[in-house]
Amino acid sequence: MLLQGGRVIDPSRDLDDPADVLIQDGKIAAVGRGLSAPDGALIRNVKGKIVAPGLVDLHVHLREPGNEDEETVASGARAAAAGGFTAICAMPNTDPVTDNQAAVGFIVRQSGRAGLARVHPIGAVSIGQRGERLAEFGEMVGAGAVAVSDDGKPIVSSHLMRTALEYARTFDIPVADHCEEPTLAAGGVMHEGLVSTRLGLKGIPAAAEEIMVARDVVLAELTGGHVHLCHMSCRGSIALIREAKERGIRVTAEVTPHHLTLTDYACEEYDTHAKMNPPLREAADVAALRGALKEGVIDCIASDHAPHAYDEKEAAFDDAPFGVVGLETAFAVANTELVESGIFTLPELIRRMSTDPARVFRLSGGTLAPGAVGDVAVFDTTAKWSVDPAAFHSKSRNTPFTGRPLTGRAVLTIVAGTIVHEL
Amino acid sequence: MTAPALGKDLTGLEHMTPEQIRLILDTAEPFKEVSERPIKKVPALRGKTIVNLFFEASTRTRISFEFAEKRLSADTVNVAATGSSVSKGETLVDTARNLEAMRIDMVVIRHPSSGAAEFLGDRIASNVINAGDGKHEHPTQALLDLLTIRDKHGKIEGLKVCLVGDVLHSRVARSNLWGLTKLGAEVAVCGPWTLMPRGIEELGVTVFGRLEEAIEWADVLNVLRLQLERMEKGFIPSLREYYRVFGVTPERLERSPKPITIMHPGPMNRGVEIDSRVADGPHSVILDQVTNGVAVRMAVLYLLAGGRAELADAAKRGGGSE
Repeated sequence: MLLQGGRVIDPSRDLDDPADVLIQDGKIAAVGRGLSAPDGALIRNVKGKIVAPGLVDLHVHLREPGNEDEETVASGARAAAAGGFTAICAMPNTDPVTDNQAAVGFIVRQSGRAGLARVHPIGAVSIGQRGERLAEFGEMVGAGAVAVSDDGKPIVSSHLMRTALEYARTFDIPVADHCEEPTLAAGGVMHEGLVSTRLGLKGIPAAAEEIMVARDVVLAELTGGHVHLCHMSCRGSIALIREAKERGIRVTAEVTPHHLTLTDYACEEYDTHAKMNPPLREAADVAALRGALKEGVIDCIASDHAPHAYDEKEAAFDDAPFGVVGLETAFAVANTELVESGIFTLPELIRRMSTDPARVFRLSGGTLAPGAVGDVAVFDTTAKWSVDPAAFHSKSRNTPFTGRPLTGRAVLTIVAGTIVHEL
Repeated sequence: MTAPALGKDLTGLEHMTPEQIRLILDTAEPFKEVSERPIKKVPALRGKTIVNLFFEASTRTRISFEFAEKRLSADTVNVAATGSSVSKGETLVDTARNLEAMRIDMVVIRHPSSGAAEFLGDRIASNVINAGDGKHEHPTQALLDLLTIRDKHGKIEGLKVCLVGDVLHSRVARSNLWGLTKLGAEVAVCGPWTLMPRGIEELGVTVFGRLEEAIEWADVLNVLRLQLERMEKGFIPSLREYYRVFGVTPERLERSPKPITIMHPGPMNRGVEIDSRVADGPHSVILDQVTNGVAVRMAVLYLLAGGRAELADAAKRGGGSE
């Protein structure tokens, strides 16, 4: 397949030029001007469009097995493709928990059947995510797991976190932690601050995240393991990560599009679509997160796509579940808020959504270098649209961005040389 | 003069205007008298159906609403929905739909989740009155507190009112804070720092860490109920110590240069947040609060049902204050 005449942005090689991209046998064959298509090759004229390595999302929740009414591997992979993602990493908090090689293999098979965006399973750190005994990392990696995490829950026991980081070194995989000190966060439903005080809702202080970030960094230093910090939300965490990176500790971190763009004021009127964990925090946190992502203190954007049935969010704020979907809005929200506003260049954004996440989890993709997997996304960065949840490919509709005008969207998504989404 | 409308629901005082709050207080004046009659009934809400929907235990507030409704001749149904196996959220959505289907006129709701009254009000056409939602607001309690302060002092503007105790978990404190500041009072809060919500000072209130300082400052103390479970959850070490440090006692009050009006939304823990000698003392208006509760709730029901604002004007001409 030949993509002709686009602006090719490949952050892995600092490339930003008008060029054609040729994909053959599922791999990138060539990038250059005036490429000609072999006989029978599909040709797409992408003049005026951006051609980039497909986006990579390190943090999504697909609800299969267990809650297939909310999302399946296939529907999540379809939503991902529509958002320009060619690879997504599925968290193990399914029902039953993805904590053994058979469960990991099931996700891999479902992904293969769907034939859309690649779905890489993340195995559980502990059996049943109960925070007690280590799951079998080796067998899960053998079955296709790319990382381990108890996400949805923090790893409360420091001993368990220590042994997980040590044991994961054998398989060269990161341990992804949901940083939340449970006794401080208990019962909290939003950020602790002026808004929670006014609404009479129990807050989760920023300290609940910062304490666990500090602990994880200390344990990463102790063990030499790689800790990946999920969905960072507050400025205090950033200072800790920056200092750890300066000291050479193996720590990486991600941030969600919603934490980069919304504050706790989105919870006004008890809008349950603004209820997520970690919670939306203050304007100063948003500014600090943006700065940290630009600087590379935070490595990448991850959606934390968390589908929920519509009627679950149709409840009093205390009773609604945490989480929002994000695969189909992530690029456009980031492009609108970070690139259109002049904070990021487009190559910088693509680096943080493709090249860097692929590097963090050591995945193929994130590059258009010849010989690499043929995972490519084409974006129309001028397309104006507004978010209509009814049009989502995801089975769930719980977005905080309903009706929001956005700029930019994926018009063509290619996985291993096959078109999986085209507008 | 046309008075400002109240809107469909009364969910809290935060988003109300001072004019709307004054309208309710002024409308309550003529209703006070109804409760003093031998036949305590007026036909204002005849034919209206009202559901009192209490998802949380309540004696005083529920009875007060029920008297207010009956004295206005409304038809009332009480629903006490406690401890069902269904999750609270699901119950609330289904309850809303069922109420809507029965074509009732008004719902008075108490619910343990903050925002529950707004949630209901957004989903049904009937008027919704918040009788306490989680830690958010309890607007009719604050309105009756305002009326009681106005009765006692002849004004609200410029008075110094301190809310004492568990502000963190108190919906009464939040509603009082909005109502008092909107009507021009100076507001302070006082209690252990473990029971102070984050950012409270940004709402324009003074925070006192010691009760002695608050007593020196205040014209009115509104003493909040301390729930026993606060000790179990570790916010305070013991009720005994709470009384010793934050209990409103005659000895502490003696240090004030002027008499301080004592209020309490009830039910009281005598010997914990308030000493019996203070609760029963000459400056206590705690039972006046209860009496005013019925009148204020009659006013709210009457106005939300579309009652005329002229009642309030007439009362003012008749010598009502402010």
